[in-house]
Amino acid sequence: MSSSVDTIRGLAEQDYKWGFVTDVAEDRVPKGLNEDIVRLISARKGEPEFMLEWRLNALRHWFTMKREEGEPKWANLTISPIDYQNISYYSAPVKKPQLDNLDQVDPEILRTYEKLGIPLLEQQRLAGVAVDAVFDSVSVATTFKGKLAEMGVIFCSFSEAVQKHPELIKKYLGSVVPQTDNFYAALNAAVFTDGSFVYVPKGVRCPMELSTYFRINAAETGQFERTLIIADEGAQVSYLEGCTAPIRDENQLHAAVVELIALDNAQIKYSTVQNWYPGDKEGRGGIYNFVTKRGKCLGVNSKISWTQVETGSAITWKYPSCILQGDNSVGEFYSVALTNNRQQADTGTKMIHIGKNTRSTIVSKGISAGYGQNTYRGQVKILKSATGARNYTQCDSLLIGDRCGAHTFPYIEVRNATARMEHEASTSKIGENQLFYLRQRGLTAEDAVSMIVNGFCKTVFKELPMEFAVEAQKLLGVSLEGSVG
Amino acid sequence: MALLEIQDLHASVDGHEILKGVNLTINAGEVHSIMGPNGSGKSTLAAVLARRETYDVTGGRILLDGKDLVEMKPEEAAREGVFLAFQYPVEIPGIGNAYFLRSALNAIRKHRGQDELDAMDFLPLYKERMKLLEMDDKLMNRSVNEGFSGGEKKRNEILQLAVLEPKLAILDETDSGLDIDALRIVARGVNAMRGPDRAFLVITHYQRLLDYITPDFVHVLVDGKIVRSGGPELALELEDTGYGSAEASVPAALRA
Repeated sequence: MSSSVDTIRGLAEQDYKWGFVTDVAEDRVPKGLNEDIVRLISARKGEPEFMLEWRLNALRHWFTMKREEGEPKWANLTISPIDYQNISYYSAPVKKPQLDNLDQVDPEILRTYEKLGIPLLEQQRLAGVAVDAVFDSVSVATTFKGKLAEMGVIFCSFSEAVQKHPELIKKYLGSVVPQTDNFYAALNAAVFTDGSFVYVPKGVRCPMELSTYFRINAAETGQFERTLIIADEGAQVSYLEGCTAPIRDENQLHAAVVELIALDNAQIKYSTVQNWYPGDKEGRGGIYNFVTKRGKCLGVNSKISWTQVETGSAITWKYPSCILQGDNSVGEFYSVALTNNRQQADTGTKMIHIGKNTRSTIVSKGISAGYGQNTYRGQVKILKSATGARNYTQCDSLLIGDRCGAHTFPYIEVRNATARMEHEASTSKIGENQLFYLRQRGLTAEDAVSMIVNGFCKTVFKELPMEFAVEAQKLLGVSLEGSVG
Repeated sequence: MALLEIQDLHASVDGHEILKGVNLTINAGEVHSIMGPNGSGKSTLAAVLARRETYDVTGGRILLDGKDLVEMKPEEAAREGVFLAFQYPVEIPGIGNAYFLRSALNAIRKHRGQDELDAMDFLPLYKERMKLLEMDDKLMNRSVNEGFSGGEKKRNEILQLAVLEPKLAILDETDSGLDIDALRIVARGVNAMRGPDRAFLVITHYQRLLDYITPDFVHVLVDGKIVRSGGPELALELEDTGYGSAEASVPAALRA
């Protein structure tokens, strides 16, 4: 494979395209994690008492967890120690934005989003996608609120929801991911700064895809976003999450929590394209992406689908999951996870079958290149009550080069004899003969690798909303540059 | 100017020399056949012409239309008009046959300075060639060679040949694994593509294929060298006498 390897290696390495910093005056909270910091965050956001109490409760849980067990260490990951006291937990741009008026937004910030390829104005005009842009812990602009409000759809920043819809927050926050769920969920519950809140009322099909972009900017600030999406009876919503981050030397912690709740006959589709800074070729820098995402199919005939394309982060640790409580509920997980250079991923899903005649589908595509270590961890749990449960799992790994690794840890727990499970797994390499076949027909080595990888990911890309499918394919191409066939 | 000029070609793989001085001239419009015993270097010759990088050219020259073929990468040789019908076509899951072939055709067209074809323009051409190879329309969107029978894979190779319209088409033991009916269809496809601007190099073990694709010239490759050349009747003679007789006819000093 000599010179085609060199050819691919010799291709101009694309510097991380989004590695730049915006020069905006910041309002930062001093480093450290304690009750005073949490009170400061809550006060800066003008939160009601109940929210502060909830945070403090979580913080106490976190300190207990830290003291008694420490960080969870069971994952197939090598994580440098994190100094939680050496992080600033809040950073917001100084200009307090007018949420209804884009003209009032700091033009520097708008320019940042344009550089990232998501000019809000253009999106507003063309795609009809409502965008809630989060800039370092504070939602900067929320568009289309008016249109959505006509239909009764609430799409706003989490902070705003705490102020304006406390009853919904009180009812659903923590109902899917409680504060005590895990170490990073507890941390998030104490210091979360912002995220999205969506409520779709009964019978409403949200007419446009809802989208949010994030950016970690300030050095040593972690992103602790919190998102809550509720689809009431018969409602439908599709939500897109995409992220970028600048180059940093220190690892940055991203411990988000996303909760989805679908009531009777409701459907939620949550799509993510993630390309946080992955670290340099030697594994320095890069984001730690430790996320808890979970959906509860609370109602009968409800459905929750997770689709993700994860190409970034130094370490990815997440299991978007579904609790299939309502009878006939459906959970889906479609994932492409790429690890290149020195990236690591331990990702997968949990499908918990509780109600009757529930169904889950898992399609996981892992691509490893360079020295990347890619682990799929999946749990399918069929409780005694889950009569007639069905699961289909397909878990495929693609290895590029001979220094990377793919690992699989499937957990299957069945406590009801009427369950039907199918589990398929495959591991393959991009063979020299496949590459040669494509090149012999006139395609360059680079195009050949790209074609093969896209073919490999096809079943997952098909599930992405169109806006994301194109970006996902491009992202995969960029992330694989310099890898070997 | 000859379409293909091979001069004293030496090639090796993993340090072992397989081709030990091959000389061959092919003009446009001609069909040449290369026959020989197992291990003689037939597939190596095909791979070297297609510029497979696992094979090293250690001596000699190859000129395609006067251009140095050895300098070219596989995709460059392909764009210059070299096509290899593989002996064992590989499967590419997730890539549709039509999408793949159109991408390849457009890469070649672009190189020739022609307009690229969009899906609408490509389809009629593709369908017409599929009919020639008696292939079902349904195969269009199936993944490349995935789940294809041996015969279908070989017919798919000739289908691609028919769409890409190469200058030099190399058929590497295309007849291996084919039943009589598939053989007939493949031969019909090849014969339909014969023309004054195109040359074929048909590599085969057995004479049978040559009943359907009549060559202009037959060469016998033994131990990395062409030891004998003749017209189509040479193939029939070999069938009677075997390759040993061909070797025996070479003076001992020339036998490597």
